Amino acid sequence: MGSTTAKSSFARGAVQGLPYVLVIVPFGLLFGVVGAEAGLNIAQVMGFTVLVIAGAAQFTAVQLMTENAPVLLVLAASLTVNLRMAMYSASLVPHLGRAPLWKRALVAYVMVDQCYAPAIVEYETHPSMTVGAKVAFVLGVAAPIVPMWYLATFVGATLGATVPEAWALDFALPMTFIAMVGPLLRTLPHVSAAIVSAVLSLLLADLPPGVGLMLAAAIAVVVGASVETWQERRK
Amino acid sequence: MNASAWEIWGVIAALGAGTFLLRFSFLGLLGDRNLPPLVLRLLRYTPVAVFPGIIAPLVAFPAATDGVFDPARGVAAAVTLGLAVATRNLLLALFGGGAALYLGLWLF
Repeated sequence: MGSTTAKSSFARGAVQGLPYVLVIVPFGLLFGVVGAEAGLNIAQVMGFTVLVIAGAAQFTAVQLMTENAPVLLVLAASLTVNLRMAMYSASLVPHLGRAPLWKRALVAYVMVDQCYAPAIVEYETHPSMTVGAKVAFVLGVAAPIVPMWYLATFVGATLGATVPEAWALDFALPMTFIAMVGPLLRTLPHVSAAIVSAVLSLLLADLPPGVGLMLAAAIAVVVGASVETWQERRK
Repeated sequence: MNASAWEIWGVIAALGAGTFLLRFSFLGLLGDRNLPPLVLRLLRYTPVAVFPGIIAPLVAFPAATDGVFDPARGVAAAVTLGLAVATRNLLLALFGGGAALYLGLWLF
């Protein structure tokens, strides 16, 4: 009985993960191409994708390394992009906190945005699921997403340097970031943080690579949180 | 890129370990202790604070044109942003922005 529930949860998860493949494949191809164009070899591109498995942070790291930013700044900026993962982790504790450690570690490894979103919705709408069924569900979601992420990156890295300059693929990275950030600009605090970050990074563009970004991001985070606090007080 | 192979692998390993620890943090190590509300509030704004800071200089001073503002790339960025905000659809924004970019490159 228990294994039947786990199996059906896994299958339901896989069905929910499937549409995200449409997002993951172009994204993975792009990371492969951008990484190869930046001068990474295939092992390094795949190292990023398999060990880091966080597209936005990977793009951030490659972009800053292309600008020859110091290693510590590359890491600081890329990990800042991933800070939201700590929030994901905290929100999963009530659902998965009692699973065995190795299963929690496995879930943590696959906890990309596209796996987190369907999982947390499923858990909150079906709170009575067993812990085992919940783990099976998120692994089901990851089942189509993670392998396609690896494969698409590999294909992109293989094509990489053969893409002609006239395709203007240099601009694929900024456009991808814009497309990712657009849907987040839904509240005044988010918009304020984004504008402050963009304006400050332009004003600070002459600082050494990565420094202007970190300053701009730090101030923008405080501005976003302050605007939220200010909005609450006005209510 | 000036980074040596060692530096590149160092970044990959450290970023991989750091990302895993962020994802594992509460679930694996801290249990169900709650983050202070102020920390949660700051964490909420990290993506919108980091991405525009990366994007703005790339749009204003594209490397492909040696840092000179390029109308085709500027228009493509605006179209991508407009579509992304209006539709919240990543793929649609990317395809629309790509179409604008190629049209712009052909026009200008």
